[in-house]
Amino acid sequence: MGITFRKETFRDDYTFRNSPEHIRRFPFPFNEDSYMYAVNIEPHVVGPKGSVLENLIDVDEHYVAEMQDRALVLAEDPLRCQSLPHMTLAGWDLLELLMEQQALGYPEHFTLTRDGDRWRWINRPLGIDDTFTFGDTSTLPYGPMEYITRQSQGDFCILDQRDGNLWMDAGMVTTQADWSLDFDIGMNFFEWHAPVPLAHEKGIFIRALKFLTNIQQGKPARRLNWTMTINPRLDTSPENYHKWGPDRATVTPENVGDKVHLRVELQSFWRLPRSNGIVFPIRCYLIKMDELVTQPKWACRLHRVIRDLPEELATYKGLTRYRPTLVEWLSKLDDGSPTSPGFGPD
Amino acid sequence: MSTGTTKLDVVVSDVAPVNDLVTRFHFRRRDGELLPTFSGGAHVVVEMRDGDRTRLNPYSLMGSPLNTSEYTISVRRDDVGRGGSLFMHRSVKPGLEMVISYPVNLFSLDLRARKHLMLAGGIGITPFMAQTAQLAGSGGNFELHYTCRTASLGTYADILQQRYDRRVKLYHDDRDERIDLDRLLSTQPLGTHLYVCGPAGMINWVRDRAAALGWPSETVHFEHFAAPQPGAPFDVALAVSGKTIRVGSQQSLLEAIEAAGVDPPYLCRGGVCGQCETNVISADGKFIHNDHWLSEEDHRSGCKIMPCVSRFEGKSLVLER
Repeated sequence: MGITFRKETFRDDYTFRNSPEHIRRFPFPFNEDSYMYAVNIEPHVVGPKGSVLENLIDVDEHYVAEMQDRALVLAEDPLRCQSLPHMTLAGWDLLELLMEQQALGYPEHFTLTRDGDRWRWINRPLGIDDTFTFGDTSTLPYGPMEYITRQSQGDFCILDQRDGNLWMDAGMVTTQADWSLDFDIGMNFFEWHAPVPLAHEKGIFIRALKFLTNIQQGKPARRLNWTMTINPRLDTSPENYHKWGPDRATVTPENVGDKVHLRVELQSFWRLPRSNGIVFPIRCYLIKMDELVTQPKWACRLHRVIRDLPEELATYKGLTRYRPTLVEWLSKLDDGSPTSPGFGPD
Repeated sequence: MSTGTTKLDVVVSDVAPVNDLVTRFHFRRRDGELLPTFSGGAHVVVEMRDGDRTRLNPYSLMGSPLNTSEYTISVRRDDVGRGGSLFMHRSVKPGLEMVISYPVNLFSLDLRARKHLMLAGGIGITPFMAQTAQLAGSGGNFELHYTCRTASLGTYADILQQRYDRRVKLYHDDRDERIDLDRLLSTQPLGTHLYVCGPAGMINWVRDRAAALGWPSETVHFEHFAAPQPGAPFDVALAVSGKTIRVGSQQSLLEAIEAAGVDPPYLCRGGVCGQCETNVISADGKFIHNDHWLSEEDHRSGCKIMPCVSRFEGKSLVLER
């Protein structure tokens, strides 16, 4: 039993791969043959066994490798993890949430034991066994948010709620699609979404903010977002643009299948009980084109989505340079027949 | 998605009279587990099965957020209200099984504050019971000013003074004691946040003086749950569900919609959270907007209504529900 954790890298020799089971559980984000923004938010409830929604906080075969990559990013740039002074309580909220959910979903890998404020946390995949006092930062090697998010897949933005708005006042962000916590920290919801095209005119952000500020304790919500990345890099930050940006010019008809990755973010939204903040985990899933097209329905649909994507969106997502090469490559796998409804493979 | 809150099955574990007007209720989980953690200022919506009608009233949690073995609320009896508080006082006894919502906080502490200045009037003390407990537990800096009609109606004043000594200042109406508000507001250190909960008149007074004295609006926090006001009965057509309903004089529009079997979203039931906002399809008459959510422009437009607290007088009203 338990997950077999892969030994792999997200940089240099790029040994990241998805096992066949993981290809089938990939959270493919398109339920029809075209894409436009929608406030595609739904309750974050447990989904089918074997899917990424089997547990509300997903741990998968990439866990150990992702945590090692995170440690490398933080060693180079500690500003990827920041928490304004009033957010420490929210950090404890997040520590409790993630320890509870990981221990609940994966008891063979994680154990949480509580005796009042005295807590013991065992993380077997990373070889951690710590006893600490809940609420007392001096009993942990890092602040509570940093401690637990060094042990949890995905990025985490902790938002303070005040004045009817949400403020990005803490976070651990090392696997982002070209945005920066260090730039956004202290900004409110409208400020950090300012670069997104088209959605402002549609009033999407006003509706989304109303929804998010009403997120209730015990009732988390979720949505999917997506972009594409060249090579399986988790860290595509503006800080490291000089490392990954030029990769977009390296896509050729011969290497599309290996280099181009669909990058899907499963974003969930949780009300935190003590601080009344909102935490926004952004879990990143990567899949290379060669893996994705093993599911013929996904190959057809992705071809149509990318081909018909509005120009502004393609630009915003950074696809412009290699879109023709990708569309041409995918078109050979699309026989034009109708696709079945829904996200899943046939 | 449905936007009501998650429910908790509880049993009334104690009912304690506090003074002539106020009774305290204690709830524990029926399954014996701990209740969810909450933050100071949170409320729960208590469902009351009163004969064939279900009343849903919000009450602030007043226990310490550090103790979730039970929740406590305090209910002030309102003899001329719509009956929820009377039901609580007359019919809710220890052992009764009830359903309450998960905690919701629409009156949260601003944790950036260097100092928390709290002003309470009457039963408006309840959210501050939890907030002071939370701040005291984390070494936070606060000061509470509490006005009540008489010493005997100073709900929990004795407990608060025992716990926090000079950090609590009391004012009794019958002794003509008044908060020297301008002086209080002008002598606070930079970084102070102001919180007020009490009757509408008090909230307006404090907000007005704070604004006049130059307090930035984001440092002034208030909680006023407008109880739905009684009024003349009126008829409403619900376009989406194809029903026509009558709103009774003692019933809110939201309650009438629920009684018709429609399940609209709600959170605060007091006109502040925005969750039950509903589009008006057509109207011939006058809206009585009692909410604090819609803008003045929204009120003037006649295109939106908050069914939890607002009423209507006129010939016809069609809502998108």
